[in-house]
Amino acid sequence: MSDTQHLGGARIGVVTFPGTLDDRDAARAVRLAGGIAVPLWHADADLHGVDAVVLPGGFSYGDYLRAGAISRFAPVMETLVDAANGGLPVLGICNGFQILTEAHLLPGSMVKNDGLAFLCTEQTLVVENATTAWTRDYTQGEQITVPLKNQDGQFVADEHTLDELEGEGRVVVRYAGANPNGSRRGIAGITNAAGNVVGLMPHPEHAVESGFGTAAVQGPRAGTDGLKFFTSVLGSLVRA
Amino acid sequence: MGRVVVDVMPKPEILDPQGKAVAGALPRLGFTQFSSVRQGKRFELEVDGPVTAEVLAAAREAAEHVLSNPIIEDVVTVFDASDDVAAG
Repeated sequence: MSDTQHLGGARIGVVTFPGTLDDRDAARAVRLAGGIAVPLWHADADLHGVDAVVLPGGFSYGDYLRAGAISRFAPVMETLVDAANGGLPVLGICNGFQILTEAHLLPGSMVKNDGLAFLCTEQTLVVENATTAWTRDYTQGEQITVPLKNQDGQFVADEHTLDELEGEGRVVVRYAGANPNGSRRGIAGITNAAGNVVGLMPHPEHAVESGFGTAAVQGPRAGTDGLKFFTSVLGSLVRA
Repeated sequence: MGRVVVDVMPKPEILDPQGKAVAGALPRLGFTQFSSVRQGKRFELEVDGPVTAEVLAAAREAAEHVLSNPIIEDVVTVFDASDDVAAG
């Protein structure tokens, strides 16, 4: 059996909350990577036997209380927190990252961007940890470009937590060049101690297919640097 | 009808971008007396009956676990505002 056939068996859940925007893009990224995208619903506590879960971007519950604060209490999250603590790979993108911090699966929190403006840009990142379930198809130090679009994207944590994240190699991706939103130490993504839960502010799911991605040497919109987040987890599942 | 007020503020060590923006706007509008501004949130929780000790305890728990994120915010006060005309 070829690798592709192995990968085809992996079922990746994509959760939709009220206000989620990027669930279709995340599902598409899963399919382009060779997996089967399984829609999951915020009010359904059942994970339907998926092999991994993506919490996509958006503005769950309007972010009216705080970004991700209400989603944390959704029935699907009660189940997901236990599953993630048990080793299920979980990727939170943008609002999904905010939900993971509110659920205490990842440390720190998000506040409004330093410049107060909503950001929408093609952002270059440095992959600092290529050993997590979601980044093992990248190489350490690799530079990738994916879209960044957020309002509350400034990652904050106390100095002790930041030192711990750095010391344990849990900074997954960092902003290359100028810090776009004031995030502490330029952190764009982190992982839990086990490496199965990853939170990212930028959006890899928007750079997975040539013609619909970021600018690249091959031409405008030709960039597909985000795809390896999704192939990584499929590879992790095959090896697991 | 009883009312409980919960005040939540960003932690002092967290840069408060909204407060910073307001602080920048005030002198431009002629209010030069204020050197800094911090912006927080006020929640008004209403109950059908009186505000009992139990209601206040529940409000404190909601303030700590839902209304604030202890990483970035402090619960400043939780108080019975039933007789507070200004709150109405």
